[in-house]
Amino acid sequence: MSIDLSQFHGVFFEESFEGLAVMETELLDFDIAHPDHEIINTIFRAAHSIKGGSGSFGFTEITNFTHVLETLLDEIRAGKRNMTQQDIDVFLRSVDCLREMLTSARDDTALNHDLVQSLQSELETYLDQTDTTDTQQDNQVADADTSAGKTAEVSWHIRFFPHSHLFQTGNDPLRIIRELEELGEIKSECDLSALPLIDGLDTEQCYLNWNITLTGNINEEQIKEVFEWVEDDCDLSINLLNSREETQQNANDNNNGEQQAEAVVVAKAEDRRQGEDRRKTDRRSAGNTESTSIRVSIDKVDALINMVGELVITQSMLGQFTEQVDIANHEQLNEGLKQLERNTRELQESVMQIRMLPISFSFNRFPRLVHDLSKQLDKKIELKLSGESTELDKTVMEKIGDPLVHLVRNSIDHGIESPEVRQAAGKPETGLLHLNAFHEGGNIIIEIEDDGAGLNKDKIFNKALERGLVSKDETLDDDQINDLIFRPGFSTADTVSDVSGRGVGMDVVRRNIKDLGGTVGVKSVEGKGSVFRIKLPLTLAILDGQLIRVGNQIYIIPLISIIESLQIQQEQIKSIVGEAEVYRLREDYIPIIRLHSIFNIESDSTRLEDGLLVVVEGDRQKVGIFVDDLLAQQQVVIKSLETNYQKVDGISGATILGNGTVAMILDISSMIGLSKNTQHFNHIEHKAA
Amino acid sequence: MATILTVDDSASIRQMVSFTLKGAGFEVIEAVDGEDALNKAKASDPDAVLTDVNMPKMDGITLIQELRKLPNYRHKPMLMLTTESSGDMKSKGRSAGATGWLVKPFNPDQLLATIKKVIN
Amino acid sequence: MEQQIQESTHVTINTQSESEQFLTFMLAGEEYGVDILRVQEIKGWDNATEIPNTPDYIQGVLNLRGTIVPIVDLRVRFELEKIEYSNTTVVIVLKVKGDEKEKTIGFVVDAVSDVYNIDQGQLKPAPDFGSAVRTEFVKGLATIDEKMLILLDIDHLVDADIKLNSSEVTH
Repeated sequence: MSIDLSQFHGVFFEESFEGLAVMETELLDFDIAHPDHEIINTIFRAAHSIKGGSGSFGFTEITNFTHVLETLLDEIRAGKRNMTQQDIDVFLRSVDCLREMLTSARDDTALNHDLVQSLQSELETYLDQTDTTDTQQDNQVADADTSAGKTAEVSWHIRFFPHSHLFQTGNDPLRIIRELEELGEIKSECDLSALPLIDGLDTEQCYLNWNITLTGNINEEQIKEVFEWVEDDCDLSINLLNSREETQQNANDNNNGEQQAEAVVVAKAEDRRQGEDRRKTDRRSAGNTESTSIRVSIDKVDALINMVGELVITQSMLGQFTEQVDIANHEQLNEGLKQLERNTRELQESVMQIRMLPISFSFNRFPRLVHDLSKQLDKKIELKLSGESTELDKTVMEKIGDPLVHLVRNSIDHGIESPEVRQAAGKPETGLLHLNAFHEGGNIIIEIEDDGAGLNKDKIFNKALERGLVSKDETLDDDQINDLIFRPGFSTADTVSDVSGRGVGMDVVRRNIKDLGGTVGVKSVEGKGSVFRIKLPLTLAILDGQLIRVGNQIYIIPLISIIESLQIQQEQIKSIVGEAEVYRLREDYIPIIRLHSIFNIESDSTRLEDGLLVVVEGDRQKVGIFVDDLLAQQQVVIKSLETNYQKVDGISGATILGNGTVAMILDISSMIGLSKNTQHFNHIEHKAA
Repeated sequence: MATILTVDDSASIRQMVSFTLKGAGFEVIEAVDGEDALNKAKASDPDAVLTDVNMPKMDGITLIQELRKLPNYRHKPMLMLTTESSGDMKSKGRSAGATGWLVKPFNPDQLLATIKKVIN
Repeated sequence: MEQQIQESTHVTINTQSESEQFLTFMLAGEEYGVDILRVQEIKGWDNATEIPNTPDYIQGVLNLRGTIVPIVDLRVRFELEKIEYSNTTVVIVLKVKGDEKEKTIGFVVDAVSDVYNIDQGQLKPAPDFGSAVRTEFVKGLATIDEKMLILLDIDHLVDADIKLNSSEVTH
């Protein structure tokens, strides 16, 4: 029977990568001072499974490598050696190495065999006291010698006396005798003398024994192998009955045996190579055969999401239509439309759900990152992850990865102090870095919190001054000062450090997050630490929007940006000479952005008191948008303008409304920038007196 | 039609075993660890058990021990899949009540040959 | 749709290497032609949604079966006199090849005219004068039944256009 093993490769790779992730996590969690046996077991088991699978599926190099790793882990598991920090590091590197080996085997890409070999040698040196290759050789020889040795026809006398409990091991003497029959000609005699009378018979006991004569081209090993499983559960003697050249033959056997064994091993290697060649052609066709999940191209999912988006639009179009037409007399139609609306909504939610992944996919890299960085910087850091099961759109997840890494690096590099400094400040030696994700409203919040030195406001202000980002007489509150670190031009080359610099400033982090429709800010207390807070939409495809009207144009403001909407009170408007109008909102003066003016469109009225002010926040700045009217709030499907056109200032995208027309979605921070340019609108952050 | 309860925490090995056995005409019950296997064993009546040794929750040796305590498993063939060819694991298995073993890595042919040793 | 267009492109290349089909339209009394294989659809004029702060000739965007398509008023683009849209006014939706990818753009014209087969040999280079259209947008001139057709290079037209704009915007 020939089975194409490549069909299982997909699952093997998947579970092996999972196993590596488990190893990595557990290794990073491992407390040398208080070794947890269960953790060692888990690590061992992961390596063990990879070895078992790679062996069965013919990935020899992986098997050999994992074997050494596993042996080392086994020694630790058995208490023969203690896990040291050095061990953990070499194991982590082994995890990386295995990941590369698996990737290379899976994608059929080149592998640096020298690196693998050198790491394997390193692992072997840890093992130098014990012979690591024992079991493997054992294996091969055992495989080999079953087929080894050609003997002349001989007869064996076998005395097989099972112990009475033999049945309780699930073994059956008759099965063994049948197996002997396959080796050669058999004459067997059953000794019934121990069989008790029927009423004393315990059916669970074995009372029989056998005298067997076996003739054929059979060597002793072959017979022993038949009895291998029961050798401790029986009395067994195997004797050669006739042999003319017994001694001579035996000597030859041994010789042959060894040569044969070698030949067989070579043949096996040959087989594996062929197997590998075969696999290369098969691999692509061999998908993941796991029946509980299927892999679908993201394009297909997105096409589905788009289609559902269309459906939502059509549905809401029908909904609007029924409002205009009297359908009171058509109860069934009305019911049907309501049903359609519910189904559409549910369908949309289910479809969006397909793209959602737990944020642990993104968080998973941090234990390793923190481990490596803290070593590099000689800092002690405890990483705490919470809310890992919080789900996030796949695209958002992919795009949030880099900004998160940057913020974490930043916290480790600039936030958390060295153990000495911490001790001197009366803090615990080990700094705490906490990554937390949770839902808030329709958004995902990710917080990166450290208990480090916090931001130094004077330093930030002076640097911003130096860079011309603020003027000397500006009065900024703490949050505003902290926010300066996100300004373009704040961090420049001289702050580039090996760890968090990399020539990328916080402004890039903010821009990347903004591109995702999110915001980022920081709260910090000097000496106590900082919290970076990222707010992201659940998905990039749909947005909760507030429809507003200016003249005959309808725009959409993301609800996430809106703080409040209010009727404009004439007496609260202040005009600053040469600058823009501001509106006094309780304690603050907020700049007013006239949409009709920055977009050059007709509005119903240019008198502020005739319209409404939508107070929004973008880039941590509050502004009031002057509009003619507020319309409905609704979920809209975001369409890119760039697909067929280009990026437009002040606009983040477009959507199709219920009546089939297009409406622009406002990009608040870009609009603030636009209004600064067009109206010489200055950065107004004066506190109300 | 003989039924085999196959236990392995590795999905790929489990699938390979299952596929091989099904291809040879066996019915297969799959379990992902000892605990799962014990539950499934109680709810069914397979003709033989084939179990990995090293598994989370309950290892294969303990599984065999536990199964041997169940009346209808007292004489059933139970085979271990083990990567250790040394005598240590084998004798542990034997004293737990294992019928025999198959050393990993193995190929489908070896698997079938071993299964056919205990099932007619 | 895209698939079909591409397939038919191949067919054309294989069987009619010498001759190309052009869809012609009227604009301020002159007849212009565009490669018919680029035409995705022709639709009646519909009110477009304005895009703020864009050049005059960008009329706005329309919803074309779920895709947002910008609409270019060719009269304005070619600096011709603007007229009221009438019931012959149509939007010709074309596939335009940009630097990186294909874009779908609608062009407002006075009226659709005809479809002609034009051999490569009939094409004459555009002179520097005599047309309202800047020569860089013109592929060539052809004469059919005593009529002059101005064949447009739409890739070039929008390439110069939108690319220029986006570089202004992003920097």
